[in-house]
Amino acid sequence: MTTPQLFFAYFAVSMTVLSLLVVTRRNPVHSVFLMLLLFIHIAALYLFLNAEFLAAIQIIIYAGAILVLFLFVMMLLNLKQEETVKKYQSQWPISAVIAIVFAIFLSMIVGKITVMPPLGEYSIEAIKAEGTMMTIGKVLYTQYLLPFEIASLVLLVALIGAVVLAKKSVE
Amino acid sequence: MVPLSWYIILSAVIFSIGVFGFLARRNLIIMFISIELMLNSVNISLAAFSHYLQVMRGQILVFFVITVAAAEAAIGLAILIAYYKNNPTIKVDEINLLKG
Repeated sequence: MTTPQLFFAYFAVSMTVLSLLVVTRRNPVHSVFLMLLLFIHIAALYLFLNAEFLAAIQIIIYAGAILVLFLFVMMLLNLKQEETVKKYQSQWPISAVIAIVFAIFLSMIVGKITVMPPLGEYSIEAIKAEGTMMTIGKVLYTQYLLPFEIASLVLLVALIGAVVLAKKSVE
Repeated sequence: MVPLSWYIILSAVIFSIGVFGFLARRNLIIMFISIELMLNSVNISLAAFSHYLQVMRGQILVFFVITVAAAEAAIGLAILIAYYKNNPTIKVDEINLLKG
């Protein structure tokens, strides 16, 4: 195996183990911290794929915002009594079978992909000549301007919705 | 050079672990975390395709997926808190107010 393949093997194994740990921990706080480790691994994998911008927003948004949100919500709830009861629902063996079948099915599909579309214009040299941020920014603000605006609307709705749902009723 | 299929298989495995966590756990917060896990695995495959096909579309899609994931987490946790004020439990099999 070459060095990149060894790196990838490390990331694949540790990410699989980490995500298994995340879904099996009894204490959700432990899950969140393992998730943080997992996100850092994913960010490293993005660097591996020449997606520096994605690596940065993976750390900033997922690790910095979403996981902190989870921790805050856990602080507001009383989770002490949750830790004593059983952690899986009664149908968990069926869920495990579904998940394993799903993984095998998806992995089998991968071998069947034979036709690849022609390569696009954003080769590593082209991105290097212009800079990652410049390339992404150009595509995002021209070709994907409308989806970008809709994304801002989605965030606004989430902001208002979260405030309305979580505030005390006034009457 | 790492083959593209390795990334896709890694993504499939993590997605399946997320599916298992969502279907099997009783804790609502862990179920939310499982959803985030699934979204992240999809992001990995999108970024991998983007790199190997030399297009920017995949990375832009990851950007939008992260946006929607943030909105989903905020709304979901707000609903959870609003529910918890009336019925202090986060076990999904005990959340049955809509049951006929």
